[in-house]
Amino acid sequence: MADTTSDSFGFSVRRLPGFTALAIACYAMLYAPIMALVAYSFNAGSSIAVWEGFSLHWYGAAWQNEKVQEATILSLLVATVSSISATILASMAALGTTRIRPYKGLTAIYAMINQPLMVPEIVTAVALLIVFAIIKSTTGYQGLIYLISAHTAFCIPFAYLPIRARLESMDLSLEVAAADLYATPLRTFKLITLPLLWPGIIAGMMLAFVISLDDVVITEFVKAPGQDTLPTYMLGQLRRVITPEIHAISTALLSISIIMVSIFFLLNRKKS
Amino acid sequence: MRHSSTDTASGGTSAIEAVNVTKTFGSGDEAVHALKDVSVTIRENEFFTLLGPSGCGKTTLLRLIAGFDHQTEGTILLHGEDISLLPPFKRPVNTVFQNYALFPHMTVAQNIGFGLEMLRKPKAEIENTVGGMLRLVKMEELKTRRTDQISGGQQQRVALARALAPRPRVLLLDEPLSALDYKLRKDMQIELKRLQLETGITFIFVTHDQEEALTMSDRLAVMNAGRIRQIGTPREIYDHPAERFVADFIGDTNFLTADLLSADGGAISVRLTSGREITLECDHPAAASRHLTLAVRPEQVRLTADGSASPLNGVLENIVYFGTDTHYHLRLQDGGSFTARLQNSRERQELFAEGDQLGIVFDPETVQVLRD
Ligand SMILES: Nc1ncnc2c1ncn2[C@@H]1O[C@H](COP(=O)(O)OP(=O)(O)OP(=O)(O)O)[C@@H](O)[C@H]1O
Ligand SMILES: [Mg+2]
Repeated sequence: MADTTSDSFGFSVRRLPGFTALAIACYAMLYAPIMALVAYSFNAGSSIAVWEGFSLHWYGAAWQNEKVQEATILSLLVATVSSISATILASMAALGTTRIRPYKGLTAIYAMINQPLMVPEIVTAVALLIVFAIIKSTTGYQGLIYLISAHTAFCIPFAYLPIRARLESMDLSLEVAAADLYATPLRTFKLITLPLLWPGIIAGMMLAFVISLDDVVITEFVKAPGQDTLPTYMLGQLRRVITPEIHAISTALLSISIIMVSIFFLLNRKKS
Repeated sequence: MRHSSTDTASGGTSAIEAVNVTKTFGSGDEAVHALKDVSVTIRENEFFTLLGPSGCGKTTLLRLIAGFDHQTEGTILLHGEDISLLPPFKRPVNTVFQNYALFPHMTVAQNIGFGLEMLRKPKAEIENTVGGMLRLVKMEELKTRRTDQISGGQQQRVALARALAPRPRVLLLDEPLSALDYKLRKDMQIELKRLQLETGITFIFVTHDQEEALTMSDRLAVMNAGRIRQIGTPREIYDHPAERFVADFIGDTNFLTADLLSADGGAISVRLTSGREITLECDHPAAASRHLTLAVRPEQVRLTADGSASPLNGVLENIVYFGTDTHYHLRLQDGGSFTARLQNSRERQELFAEGDQLGIVFDPETVQVLRD
């Protein structure tokens, strides 16, 4: 039987000289540091450079470290609340930019939703710092609300992208068919649009969650003294003494990301 | 109606009436005139077909009837009532979409029951009707399948059942058979016709397949460039096309030019390009112009070896065998081409050969005088 893959006909990158070596080098650059990180999280000794045998010691240490516990709880709390709020807002924005008769300025609105992705994070951080300082000094309120609203804000474009993509690829005639079959606009949304949009919403929420969990720059600027998320705690640790405890925490964070990506992948594959 | 006297609701009460409907997309230089002053009356229980080339406005007209879009001008009446302002979910009209538009996250049975659920019918009634519909379209075994796990023909039947289940007053079908293979298409044509007779629902069927239109419809409208060109029964349209576009679009036709000599009531006398004079029946006043276009169907022609007495003569250029019949392509003296289609019977062996000078004979009654 004829082999019809691009291996045998036409252009194939595999035939380019050095392709394999380059590919391997790229993968090594991407994954070798992470491998090393994961490996050293199991180091028995307290060095981050000398291997002294396998142990789960640092996982236990991190688990029992009260500072780590507090930072983890804060991280999860902020990530959960802000990813959910961001996803709700992003869903509404996505519906407002796709399920509507095109109007003047729609492209501008679309661009403005995505623009924060292009603004350097440090600029946003400084801007928020100033705005929140003003609010804090006039209201006197400290609290978590600043951190959560900052995270919600920068998560919106990340949540928006997959939701909008899903809405745009959805067959519009399905909604028309529902209306044809006596479904009011509200019921059409509930019974047709929303169920078909779910994978996009979940994807947007998970993306927002991971982005929030990972954020350092904005958090560092916005947080009140003593409020530490995991990344800012780790950053603080770097200034003191580095132990494989950092590796253990990083590996745990990495696992969360991998689990999220896998769930997202499985969800999407089942739908299509 | 512009060109037809048959388009009155006298044969029954009207189901759908479009009155001077115009639809324009966009404005200014980019305006697309999808429908131009369309008026048509579709009777109750009728199998009515909209036929026309791509882009002539068939889908647009259906969308206006279903309420997915609003006409720029004119009125649409359902059983005499103006429905122009009703949103689609309040119109007792259902659509079978060209791409079926089945809900992918629901089973076959859920799809079929959707309309009834939305109408908040009692559970028992929904189950009953869905069961009946499943039987009708022979999909009982697959009722718990998701709709993305069934074949194209099955999806088409589900789409049909889903639109029929709420018992709409009018069913709109937008080229529902175009995605099917030949065999399935033939089966579904018969099935659709049977369903229409059984349910008594008015069907408005869109196609650009003229054979489908002729075999299935009670009446049909031939459309072109946003206008309805002619409305009538398949016979009327085929035998008496009112104008060149219709004659050309429906079936194969030979066009002849002729000069008007005299008109006397319903009969006119014309001179063909061959110089021969013939007398034709003509019941419309188009015959007032000096130059006329005549249409002659290829199957209503005979060929004779002796052309001395026939109105036209031509040289046989090409013979194409088609199984049940044979097509003879001739070149007329005036340079025009002419096709004759003769049945292949046992007696008629290849009597003519390419290059023969033949006479073309036809009955004046079968000649149509066209408007341009
Ligand atoms: N939303 C729209 N905006 C602009 N022009 C449109 C729109 N919808 C249809 N048209 C135009 O209106 C005309 C009629 O379109 P319509 O879809 O009714 O054709 P149709 O007869 O259904 O053709 P087909 O057989 O190809 O489906 C076409 O010229 C089309 O380009
Ligand atoms: Mg169409």
